[in-house]
Amino acid sequence: MATGLEEKELKMVVFAVNGKEYALDIRYVLSIERMMNITRVPGVAPYIKGVINLRGMITPVIDLRTRFSAGEKEWDEDTRIIIVTFGDKMVGLIVDAASDVLSIPGADIEPHPDLTEGETDGFIEGVIKQDNRLFNVLKIDKVLNLTEER
Amino acid sequence: MEMNQYLEVFIDEGREHLQACNENLLKLEKNPSDTSIVNDIFRSAHTLKGMSATMGFENMANLTHQMENVLDLIRNGKQQVTPELLDTIFMAMDVLERMLDSIEAGGDGNEDVSELLEKFKALEAGAPPNEGKTEAKEALEPGRSAKMDYDEFERTVIEQSKDQGFQCYEISVHLRKDCLLKAARVYMVFNLLEKSGDIIKSSPPVEQLEEENFEDSFMITLITNEAAGDIEQKILKVSEIEKVEIVPVRLEKPKAERTETGAAGSGSGEDTALKREEKDEGKESAAKKSGAGHKTIRVSIERLDILMNLFEELVIDRGRLEQIAKELQHNELKETVEKMSRISNDLQTIILSMRMIPIETVFNRFPKMVRQVSRELNKKINLQIIGAETELDRTVIDEIGDPLVHLLRNSMDHGIETPEVRRQKGKPEEGTIVLKAYHSGNHVFIEISDDGAGIDKKKVVKKAVEKGIISESAAARLEEKAIFDLLFTPGFSTADRITDLSGRGVGLDVVKNTIESLGGSISVHSEEGVGTRFSIQLPLTLTIISVLLVEVGKEKYAIPLSSILETSIIHKKEIFFAHNQPVIDFRGKVVPLLYLKDVFQVPDERETSDYLSVVVIRKGEKLAALVVDAFIGQQEIVLKSLGNYLTNVFAISGATILGDGQVALIVDCNTLIH
Repeated sequence: MATGLEEKELKMVVFAVNGKEYALDIRYVLSIERMMNITRVPGVAPYIKGVINLRGMITPVIDLRTRFSAGEKEWDEDTRIIIVTFGDKMVGLIVDAASDVLSIPGADIEPHPDLTEGETDGFIEGVIKQDNRLFNVLKIDKVLNLTEER
Repeated sequence: MEMNQYLEVFIDEGREHLQACNENLLKLEKNPSDTSIVNDIFRSAHTLKGMSATMGFENMANLTHQMENVLDLIRNGKQQVTPELLDTIFMAMDVLERMLDSIEAGGDGNEDVSELLEKFKALEAGAPPNEGKTEAKEALEPGRSAKMDYDEFERTVIEQSKDQGFQCYEISVHLRKDCLLKAARVYMVFNLLEKSGDIIKSSPPVEQLEEENFEDSFMITLITNEAAGDIEQKILKVSEIEKVEIVPVRLEKPKAERTETGAAGSGSGEDTALKREEKDEGKESAAKKSGAGHKTIRVSIERLDILMNLFEELVIDRGRLEQIAKELQHNELKETVEKMSRISNDLQTIILSMRMIPIETVFNRFPKMVRQVSRELNKKINLQIIGAETELDRTVIDEIGDPLVHLLRNSMDHGIETPEVRRQKGKPEEGTIVLKAYHSGNHVFIEISDDGAGIDKKKVVKKAVEKGIISESAAARLEEKAIFDLLFTPGFSTADRITDLSGRGVGLDVVKNTIESLGGSISVHSEEGVGTRFSIQLPLTLTIISVLLVEVGKEKYAIPLSSILETSIIHKKEIFFAHNQPVIDFRGKVVPLLYLKDVFQVPDERETSDYLSVVVIRKGEKLAALVVDAFIGQQEIVLKSLGNYLTNVFAISGATILGDGQVALIVDCNTLIH
């Protein structure tokens, strides 16, 4: 699952879900929002919590805890919604906290050490080690359950 | 790049002229001797020629040039209007349309028109021999012949003007040999002369002059009552003019010669002047807009969309202000907000109406299509259009064309019988298709009816059973409406032969889908031997709708007012059960109850009371009663899409943002009633 960008430096948004840290290539990220009211939409996948009013645009949101089968947690001050875009789709991801944007050399992305896919179910592209932190690099199309469109 | 902005205008106006030509040609077919129609077509062709020549589209200019020639012959009475002639011109129209399409797509609009040109030349040659066309391929030197040859028409003009006391001069103008901008000088001379009188001819002809396809002199025939000397002086004032010679015209034996300067007596000056203005200024549209009764202005659709978006946000904030005013109970604020609401209501009406376009823009391509297809099928079909001025939202107009074409073709192909069959049945040989559009309430209705063979119900059922769409036993129990609904299933077709037009079985279900995606519905009514009628219902405007807000559990839902028949509060006792389906008696009808909290799996917290709030909705003849927890109130909202990530959410057609910023989902009543 080579990213093909091993030579370049990547900017990644770093966030936390259920105690683990994840990273997502910034080119997929539109903005990071505070938690807001979510309107439930009936009849959709359980990890799609509903829609929000993003400055006038109706945007669906996915709860990553549910997506990663991590169990529910009450939303608090740190909870954030990361607005991502893939192709022509725009979706929000609910995370426990979103903090930094890191510059990471593409070459540092190593394949996932865990052979058991388990809870991450193909959502992870690889891992990055930096300053004693381990970030799981997110595979956005899998998270959104979309086929590769590029 | 300068040319680009002209390109857009060129394409727009080109299409308008082609459309006008098409309409006029159809009119001409019915009234072959009406020369005013020919004149209209001629003018359109002439303008098209000028425009395409200016923009550098040679083939187009050539084709329109030929058309113009033939049209000129017709309007001078030298050619008759025959079906073959009309066919050729129609063909030319098609080619021109294709060229415009190609240009719009970024191509060069070139097509092989040699065949058509041949046809035109043949048509011209068919005219009396003394009308042989001379293309004047070489630059003429006026010095060779002191006099120009005039055709009958021009002679008449000259003679008449002489009778009225005018003079007719042949003016030879010689430019300086080192003159660079010959065409500009020519233009200036023409301009000048038009102020002094009427130019009825020039040699070489105007196109050649514009293309600077001449040496350094040219000749103009002018009708004027000014003295020759004065005219000479005026022309000499134009720079780079070497010499001017003015000779009075003496008419001898007529030697007919083709002229291209649109010799139309006093009108000729206009045509040439117009062409020049087009070339020099880039675009000249005002003079050519015949009978534009109401003033209009072109606005880019993008701007309208931006305006619409901004207005939608205004509506949302207005709602918020209203809510705040209510909560704060501040009198002045309430008054001001009320005033603002009234004004924005008016604004809303106007803005929404700006997006409305008369359905005529879709209907007007049909007469030609019907004519063409009926000739192909050897059927006689008369298309009547009623209510073309009915207006629809622009987005609906964009989508409704294809379904209508399909339904029309169905009518022509399967509905209307051949003349022989119709005669046998005692019907008039000519079949009639009526295309009708009208407003009613918040909807637009479009009906396509024909007096053809009607739909053979037995055949439909048989085909459905054959294709496995329904079982035989189910088929036996089908009501008429259900049988007709079968037509809209994918893959269905009762045509024995698949023609180019229809019968492939991919049509009617796509038609239905398109119409439903616009928020509309389609139904069909038919009587064997008598005819068939397809009825389409479409919403008037797409984005701002009136809804009833309701509460279900802790959630708010919006039900479009257009689907609501009535609201009511019923007592638990009034609920009956029919086959385990809860129903109520609503004004004598048995209406099924749908608990929205079940439909939408709403987390249930309220205790069920003895009384139920019910919203009775309607789809056509069918009713249903939605059970909600409370009515909140009626409101106008902006319909927003759920986006393209969430597709196929059952019974939800969209969402809206309420005054407090919350999102409410909009119930799709059409899917709840089946």
